[in-house]
Amino acid sequence: MASLDTGGGDVGHKKGPGVKKQKKMSTRIDMTPMVDLGFLLITFFIFTSTMSTPATMDLFMPKDTDKDEEQNKAKESGALTVMMSKDNHVYYYEGQLAPDASNFKSTNFDPESGIRKVIMDKKRSTNAEDLVIVIKPGKEATYKNTVDILDEMTINEVKRFALVDISEVEEQLIAATEGGGAPAPAAQ
Amino acid sequence: MPSVKVARKTADTDMTPFVDIAFLILTFFIMATKMKPPEPVEITTPNSVSTKELPANDAVMVEMDGQGRVFFTMLSENDPEAKLTVIRNLNQNKNLGLTENEMKNFVKSYSIGVPFTQLKPLLATPAEQQKDIKQPGIPVRDTTNNELTTWIRDAVTAMSGRKLNYLIKADNNAKYPDFKHVLTAFKKNDIYKFQLVTSPEDVPAGTDLARSRAGAQ
Repeated sequence: MASLDTGGGDVGHKKGPGVKKQKKMSTRIDMTPMVDLGFLLITFFIFTSTMSTPATMDLFMPKDTDKDEEQNKAKESGALTVMMSKDNHVYYYEGQLAPDASNFKSTNFDPESGIRKVIMDKKRSTNAEDLVIVIKPGKEATYKNTVDILDEMTINEVKRFALVDISEVEEQLIAATEGGGAPAPAAQ
Repeated sequence: MPSVKVARKTADTDMTPFVDIAFLILTFFIMATKMKPPEPVEITTPNSVSTKELPANDAVMVEMDGQGRVFFTMLSENDPEAKLTVIRNLNQNKNLGLTENEMKNFVKSYSIGVPFTQLKPLLATPAEQQKDIKQPGIPVRDTTNNELTTWIRDAVTAMSGRKLNYLIKADNNAKYPDFKHVLTAFKKNDIYKFQLVTSPEDVPAGTDLARSRAGAQ
């Protein structure tokens, strides 16, 4: 065990015959309890310390407006609508939703083949100033999905995107897709 | 037959350097640890590539757990008076009948997650024990009775003249509609810029952001 040795130096030192020999005290201290306590504290601080400081992500929302002329207009060719639903499902369509829902496609958050690839492809095929991504989280979407998709905007450096409420038609399409059947035609 | 003499080795190892290092590490962890204030809810935040740091002062934070319960927190360590002003206003406007001590207790409390009607019993308990009380969350779902709007308005008034940060810290499993209700409460106070609290994450390779960050360096 850990020990302090100050060395008994007076072995050869002879005292006179009448001098009483003083009892020699050991200078070795047992440090085991101290070391035990030290490691206990280390373990405690390792477990309690929060190493990663949280970061923050900016989100700017537009002011709600009913006036038509104040609404931002998006070119149809540059629009990509992304919808999130339960179990991390992602649905998307480009431009306007076709009446027969033929351009309504499904994907996920997979880093290789998921929504990131869709966004990258869309970004490559459209003019930078025309690209608008419309994000529509569904009723079943989690907060994580929302942050993930906003994060995709940062990752892919999409400058224009909007967080919009999902429409009735899209809700029904998602429900129909998740019900197992093929995308049902949009019910009006 | 002469036996081979084995050199006798001492079983006593000198552990002094070992202990030295151990205490060095211990000192480091003591210094590096920032004690977290007791929070009534456990929130696991989602990851993002964002690197902006979380402001600790002059901020209004709305927390939301996985069940959609909403909690309100004022971060104003530099100015405890602001919190006192908020609760005084609230007490007057809503006739809560809080005592002076209960209002002082609010300053010590970390976050509040109860409707106005249950605020008195919550603040009657000391701040350290509040985390044991089950808090139902601030009502936000009802548009006519969105109490979070009132909380935010009062906090903004109390800390007027300063640049405030509006933080939203929500759990991974929180549902989007609840998040939208929180946004609505902010929007009603004409606040449109938020900061979402996230955990840091690495930028995926091969993306536009990874390229531009590499180019900036």
